[in-house]
Amino acid sequence: MNYPKDLLYSKSHEWIKYEDKIVIIGITDYAQDSLGDIVFINLPEDGDEVEKGEAFSDVESVKAVSDVISPVTGTICEVNEELLDSPEKINENPYDAWLIKAKEVIDHEDFMNAEEYEVFLKKQ
Amino acid sequence: MNTKTPLYNRHVELGGKMVSFGGFILPVQYRKGVIAEHMAVRNECGIFDVSHMGEIEIRGKDSLAFVNYILTNDFSKMIIGQVKYSPMCNVKGGVIDDLLVYKREEEKYLLVPNASNKDKVYNWINHNKSGEVEVIDLSDYYGQIALQGPNSEHIMRNYTKKENIPEKYYSFLENKEVLISKTGYTGENGYEIYAKKECITYIWDKLLEIGKNVGLIPCGLGARDTLRLEAGMPLYGHEMNDEITPITAGLGFAVKKNKEDFIGKKALENELLWKGKRIGIRIVGRGIARENCEVYLDDCKVGLTTSGTYLPYMKGAFAMALVAADLDVENKSMQVKVRGKKVDAQFVNLPFYKRKERK
Repeated sequence: MNYPKDLLYSKSHEWIKYEDKIVIIGITDYAQDSLGDIVFINLPEDGDEVEKGEAFSDVESVKAVSDVISPVTGTICEVNEELLDSPEKINENPYDAWLIKAKEVIDHEDFMNAEEYEVFLKKQ
Repeated sequence: MNTKTPLYNRHVELGGKMVSFGGFILPVQYRKGVIAEHMAVRNECGIFDVSHMGEIEIRGKDSLAFVNYILTNDFSKMIIGQVKYSPMCNVKGGVIDDLLVYKREEEKYLLVPNASNKDKVYNWINHNKSGEVEVIDLSDYYGQIALQGPNSEHIMRNYTKKENIPEKYYSFLENKEVLISKTGYTGENGYEIYAKKECITYIWDKLLEIGKNVGLIPCGLGARDTLRLEAGMPLYGHEMNDEITPITAGLGFAVKKNKEDFIGKKALENELLWKGKRIGIRIVGRGIARENCEVYLDDCKVGLTTSGTYLPYMKGAFAMALVAADLDVENKSMQVKVRGKKVDAQFVNLPFYKRKERK
């Protein structure tokens, strides 16, 4: 499985990328692989508030439903609406298929770098 | 405690995601995933390890009378080499399990219960034992493989001689240590192969080798569930249980009330018994209904879903639900509560998917 070095990772298996003051959030390779074929996603809307530790989306595979937990507190400024029609893009490339972008981030979880995340996964 | 099937090492080598199921460790899927596995069975062929299924044999002079007493279907006209499906009921008419029954000899029947119900079934049979019968649990002796899909016949022809392959649906042939039956749980043409555990890996490898040029891939429990749901087949613990009668579960065809006394008969004949029916639902709005979602008709709650997921061949979210038998479900607006939100749904006839021809 693949964990790019330029990303940060949360314990609930989201990846985080800072682009200036914008935070881009998706789910990790581990998360998509554990879920299996993703067939449905619920996404919030542009302008919605997200809070760290709270679910902002749910992804469903054939087998299961899983909440996506926000690793930050802030305001959503863009939603990847393409995923609503083709959620399988998350399986194909979880790091291209971002879910939301957030701005005005005032708080966040403790993140791990790629190396730490892989160690964390081994303990799962 | 979880038991490894004889194919455990194969599953791991093939990248199976192992989970515990009915007391066994089995793959929920392999590398290609549930959708690819599901589609392989619909279009080409899939191979499943179903060694977890139980095998209980009933032998002896009174075996026919006994199976007729403990099961709801009628076995009196059954011939050797035939397979019959039947619920097994408790005295209240609830379903203990649903099984396949193989008539191997005049006084020898093989019952195939679900893995998770095997001990319950075995104990129930022994508890109700009457006449000259012997009950033997052969579950530890047999392994089982299911080969399912349009190319399954071609693969079987290359695997064994024509005279070993049953032609009619719900029939079987056995020779030496291998029993081949034309049965399955996917809605496709296919076979289920029973053999002693030691032979199962050999058969698995050989079938995979023969089938690799015609699209055969290994399939896990995930695809087994989506395939049976798409084919409108009930699953124990979902569409039926100890409280739900076979009539309500839509299995009335396998309950023969005209035969002599059988366990559950009185209850099933009782006019006051609550009667339900199993219906098919297509989710039209956004969302995927799973088990235990509330179903509404014109804003009135009418029942609960019993199974539901995204069906790969139908390309949509579907569910089965249990409602009152006399409920008129047509031409009414239907909604299903999915994760707290009501989404639009539609009544559809079962099965959701039906293959074009059945030989």
